[in-house]
Amino acid sequence: MKVGENNLRSKIRALTDHTVTSLAILATALVILPLVAIFGYLVYKGAGSLNLAFFTQIPKPVGETGGGMANAILGSAILLAMASAIGVPVGIGGGIFLAEFGRGSKLANAVRFTADVLNGVPSIVMGLAAYSLIVVPQNHFSALSGGVALGIMMIPTVCRTTEEMLLMVPHAVREAALALGVPNWRSVLSITLKTASPGIITGCMLAFARVAGETAPLIFTALGNSFWSMSPDRPIAALPLQIWVYAQSPYDDWHRLAWAGALVLIMLIVTAVSLVRYVTSRGVLKGAS
Amino acid sequence: MVLCALSIFVIVLLIVTELVLRSDLIWAKFHFDFFYKAYFDPTTGLPNYWDPVNGQFSALPFVYGTVVSSLLSLLLAVPLALGVAVFLTEMCPIMLRGPLAFITELLAAIPSIVYGIWAVFVLVPLMREYVNPLLIRTLGWSGFFTDENPTGLGFVTAAVILAVMILPIISSLTREVMTAVPHSQREAVLALGATRWEMIRMGVLRNARIGIVGAVILGLGRALGETMAVTMVIGNAPEIHRSLLSNGYSMASVIANEFTEAVSDLHRSALMEIGLALFIVTIIVNALAQVLVWAVTRGAPARAN
Repeated sequence: MKVGENNLRSKIRALTDHTVTSLAILATALVILPLVAIFGYLVYKGAGSLNLAFFTQIPKPVGETGGGMANAILGSAILLAMASAIGVPVGIGGGIFLAEFGRGSKLANAVRFTADVLNGVPSIVMGLAAYSLIVVPQNHFSALSGGVALGIMMIPTVCRTTEEMLLMVPHAVREAALALGVPNWRSVLSITLKTASPGIITGCMLAFARVAGETAPLIFTALGNSFWSMSPDRPIAALPLQIWVYAQSPYDDWHRLAWAGALVLIMLIVTAVSLVRYVTSRGVLKGAS
Repeated sequence: MVLCALSIFVIVLLIVTELVLRSDLIWAKFHFDFFYKAYFDPTTGLPNYWDPVNGQFSALPFVYGTVVSSLLSLLLAVPLALGVAVFLTEMCPIMLRGPLAFITELLAAIPSIVYGIWAVFVLVPLMREYVNPLLIRTLGWSGFFTDENPTGLGFVTAAVILAVMILPIISSLTREVMTAVPHSQREAVLALGATRWEMIRMGVLRNARIGIVGAVILGLGRALGETMAVTMVIGNAPEIHRSLLSNGYSMASVIANEFTEAVSDLHRSALMEIGLALFIVTIIVNALAQVLVWAVTRGAPARAN
């Protein structure tokens, strides 16, 4: 090959390399842009409406200014408490099985695969299932059905994160317990679980944060409520539901409340994700998640 | 413990049973026609797919809408996600890697209703004023971009917001798959005198491509099932038009919009059947994606995120 041709080839290769680098940087900038835009706009639109009235009053009738989303915040809290009561114990139990007792067995592999697949199922399908199972036999919408819909969404997520955290506990710890004559079930409960507990808690927090923002399963299970309601037998308001209804309405006041609600929701989730990042960056769980 | 783990199977079984049971009404009436038959109004000759009042149900516009918006969003998201993943894994200075990865993770954690409300109030006017006219001017010759719909809603807007939502999933999974490629591959290509891009292309992407396909399919799975953000920007019109700027409808959106207001049992049954179809499709897509990703990260437990 001639020297000139070689020169041209290496120039083209160097040019391609630089082009790709700049394209990659451009792509990253384009990805950061919507995030900054969303956060900025949320703060800009919602911060002004975040006053005491927002957190203590229920929505006022259309045409009257003021009011808040207090019933929606309470309702979300109740729904999430119910969802956690279902999702967390069952999920942690499943995770313990996958990591400790069934490790390597065909059943465990099947459960793990199904849990991952279930994680990707659209939330509205879970809502349909909860409607079918609870709303139809009972003949009315209820907070219970909303809690169950959110709970069954939490189970696969909690299960998988628990399994991962338990697998991170060093074998030496388990072997030390077994060498002292501690039965397997006791060693799992008292030692492995305790060691991995920060990770398990953060896994539950992640699932909690994910489920806190879910709207679709609540549309036809919890239905929403414009008044204070704490009973599991009645429809209940929820923050994401209320945001959806208000955002689609033609009233400016409701739009303002929707922005404030969205800001509250996103602050909750950012706190949860940051906490998760902080906890998993220390100690035994360094590098997880 | 075993019972808790078996609950996962129980959940899947329950969902399938309930959806199948509740959609038997519409299945008995329409069978497979439900998904592809096109009905026409006898007087005007215009297509009339979804007519709950007269008991005429065809899911064709919803299937079309879901497929078009998801594929379009993949078209927008995959190049960007790959670019971000390549940048974060290979080119980024170590100091920036943590914060940037955190920011992409944050994008994944934002609930879809927040995306939806932002899309309705910020993205739609943006599309209406600037992007759609630009698209019509430059790409109008193809017939896919006409100016019949001046509202700024439609498939393209839905595809944009979907792309923003599935981007973090594709990019984080691609990053995971790329870091699973052993360093020896990279060093071998560099030893032969490759530039950085050639090293990435030959040493990393070539080995990770199965996993990257899996990541893309996982993103597709998420886009297919996305409800809230799409419902707010797709225009909610059960029609099929050639123009990508026209209003449409997606399978999840019609369930979200019409389920609480469905009066007849047949209507509810039709929506249940759409839900069943959505469930089956996302299960297949997600299972395929999991298998592909597992093939590359073989053995290492997949991250739940």
